[in-house]
Amino acid sequence: MSFLEYAPAPESKAILNLKSEYGLFIDGEFVDGRGEAFATISPADEQRIATISTADAADVDDAVAAARRAYENVWSRMSGRDRGKYLYRIARLVQERSRELAVAESLDNGKPIKESRDVDVPLVAAWFFYYAGWADKLDHAGLGPAPRSLGVAGQVIPWNFPLLMLSWKIAPALAAGNTVVLKPAETTSLTALLFAEIVQQADLPAGVVNIVTGAGETGRTLVEHPGIDKVAFTGSTAVGRQIARSVAGTHKKLTLELGGKAANIVFDDAPIDQAIEGIVNGIFFNQGHVCCAGSRLLVQESIHDEVIERLKSRLSTLRLGDPLDKNTDIGAINSAEQLQRIRELTAVGEAEGAERWSADCVIPENGFWFAPTIFTNVSTSHRIARDEIFGPVLSVLTFRTPAEAIAKANNTPYGLSAGIWSDKGSRILAVADKLRAGVIWANTFNRFDPASPFGGYKESGYGREGGRHGLAAYLAPAASSAPRAEAAPSAGRVAAKPPRSSRRSTKGTDK
Amino acid sequence: MTINTQDHGRAIAPAARALDVLGGETTEAGLRRYLEGIPGVDAVGLEQRAAALATRSIKTTSKARALDTIISLIDLTTLEGADTPGKVRSLVAKAVTPDAADPTTPRVAAVCVYGDMVPAALQALGSAHAGAAGNGIAVAAVATAFPSGRASLPVKLADTADAVAAGADEIDMVIDRGAFLAGRYGQVFDQIVAVKEACRRPDGTYAHLKVILETGELNTYDNVRRASWLAILAGGDFIKTSTGKVSPAATLPVTLSMLEVVRDWHRLTGEKIGVKPAGGIRSSKDAIRYLVTVAETVGEQWLRPELFRFGASSLLNDVLLQRQKTLTGHYSGPDYVTID
Repeated sequence: MSFLEYAPAPESKAILNLKSEYGLFIDGEFVDGRGEAFATISPADEQRIATISTADAADVDDAVAAARRAYENVWSRMSGRDRGKYLYRIARLVQERSRELAVAESLDNGKPIKESRDVDVPLVAAWFFYYAGWADKLDHAGLGPAPRSLGVAGQVIPWNFPLLMLSWKIAPALAAGNTVVLKPAETTSLTALLFAEIVQQADLPAGVVNIVTGAGETGRTLVEHPGIDKVAFTGSTAVGRQIARSVAGTHKKLTLELGGKAANIVFDDAPIDQAIEGIVNGIFFNQGHVCCAGSRLLVQESIHDEVIERLKSRLSTLRLGDPLDKNTDIGAINSAEQLQRIRELTAVGEAEGAERWSADCVIPENGFWFAPTIFTNVSTSHRIARDEIFGPVLSVLTFRTPAEAIAKANNTPYGLSAGIWSDKGSRILAVADKLRAGVIWANTFNRFDPASPFGGYKESGYGREGGRHGLAAYLAPAASSAPRAEAAPSAGRVAAKPPRSSRRSTKGTDK
Repeated sequence: MTINTQDHGRAIAPAARALDVLGGETTEAGLRRYLEGIPGVDAVGLEQRAAALATRSIKTTSKARALDTIISLIDLTTLEGADTPGKVRSLVAKAVTPDAADPTTPRVAAVCVYGDMVPAALQALGSAHAGAAGNGIAVAAVATAFPSGRASLPVKLADTADAVAAGADEIDMVIDRGAFLAGRYGQVFDQIVAVKEACRRPDGTYAHLKVILETGELNTYDNVRRASWLAILAGGDFIKTSTGKVSPAATLPVTLSMLEVVRDWHRLTGEKIGVKPAGGIRSSKDAIRYLVTVAETVGEQWLRPELFRFGASSLLNDVLLQRQKTLTGHYSGPDYVTID
């Protein structure tokens, strides 16, 4: 028997204590949604995990009203130091419940447990820790002394990193003194609802964080709600455009983090074995469901054949399968819809004359799966070199000189990220200087840190998340027209709570 | 760089592999150009990859097989100034019967001793010796002024020839790290070629040559990679990380980078070179990580004694304890395995 046939090593689901139905999290309580409830399924086997509520317009009204009350009465009056304490508490609770969160994330999203365990959840905790530290230092955020919070933030996040995107949105918003209404993606609401439990556990004042679930319509209602002061969206460029249109002319501040088609540039002097790892990590991390994925490999012509040969042999060692198995490298595609899109675009790639190669993986019977695939002989005019596929599909292009590499890398409507592989430091700096992308990795890829700002050029969006720059999305300089609400040293946790909704959830807590 | 121009064009020993790969350029300069033309290693990326391989979870049946594989790949080692024939006999007994309580336990691959202990080892092995039995235990001797390698070439060659004459099946030589770090690649190369020649037995066969790079002293992964290529080009059958006398000894990233060289050499020539991490691998968990790294880098056909070894002494007992646990379902203690 082959040594490489590792015996199954599944992470146990026993740690989960899921409810069978989940309501909305409004004003510190779970309440039933008025819209039509829907099932969230595991993309690995299409089994139902739980029933999720849909928030209709009235529910969104409630959530925004609760956030407004919490903002006016408690959160904006609380000292930064006290806000920081709450954020630290959330961060620690995330760490304490990290295994549970990782299992839930892999179950609901389909990503391998090794990624949710080693990347997503630790980063979530790091994000809360980082912004907790900022809460009482906003004078140094670069917006002048005593910057002012914005009010209620409406936040809509995608399904690729459900909990991580939640932390990118909530942590800076809360640190800056805003309250939030967040809508997770329809297919991946589960960890946001577990996060709501953490919010309760942390005894965060009611209404500071509200979570409304549902499909695109709920998101639209939230974004267009007149009661919010800030919209933060991560997702597709098409939806981002609609949001920009609807927000135009209102007082709402907007940040958008949209699609990408990043170039990963490999020069002939690159540390070859690490470059191969970086290419793999760049496009096959999280099944390629990464907005900053290195989906266009630009490889110097002189080493093209060698790189492709090494890449193919490396891809043959990837393990596709049960996301909860600790040895799984490639998990499930998040939804049937996304799988369909990947299939369509790869079919177009073949039709346009690119050469397709897929790793020889056994595809499980149920669930949504796509084998790691690379396309060679891709030209800049092919759709697979232009459109964001958002799947485990790499398009390989070649270049001859650094100038050509830069021109090809920039020849995209997107500009979220890029990678450069070379042993020569001066070349890395010179090329990075000319790339029009928000994040540029040198001799690495897909590395994130809360202290580092992240965001796009062109159609990849505007505004930055992470780092000191990420605070600017949730703050305004003190000199702005509206009077500053923040004054009282600390209303603390004793702040008055509005009467509890009589609509408390009737949903059982059984599994 | 300060290179004596006289040395620069100096011809190096015409080792067969070097002739094939370097073409007509078997000179100091040709060798240097070749080694310096090898793509660099990014330390951060290499360590990340090693760390990722270390997260593989090897459980149940896979673990049981892995533990037996580890035992069959061990070079059970004693390299002390205080070694005596009695100590070596004891080591050999342990090599032959690792777990007195379970006769199904596989034997280790070899025992590794100082050159003067080779006769004692052979005598103790008796019919268990590789020469006599089909899958017997080999005797490896360290040579070439181990562990520092600071002796003149004739002394190193005499050291080697002596061990081979005494019946050693394998020679673990050290490279001249001083010469390597001073950039005298040709000198390191020539010494390996000469030692290889000293491994020749009167019947024309050779003792297996393992070349110890002492990676802890080479310090950078780029150096490790160059030294690995150099040792292979000069005719080494195995490349080995460390003597065990310098810290750090074997690490997973260093071993990974050597395995990558071996994989590239195989791709280039079709020839299979062995790898031996030595020193510092004490737990089964660690050793399993090495197996995973081998299997996922060069392929699982490397997981046999001709191509992969662990240089270790205390590792064996930890593996035996884990093995007992896997078979019986409960942990025993250090008193349930023999100390040597």
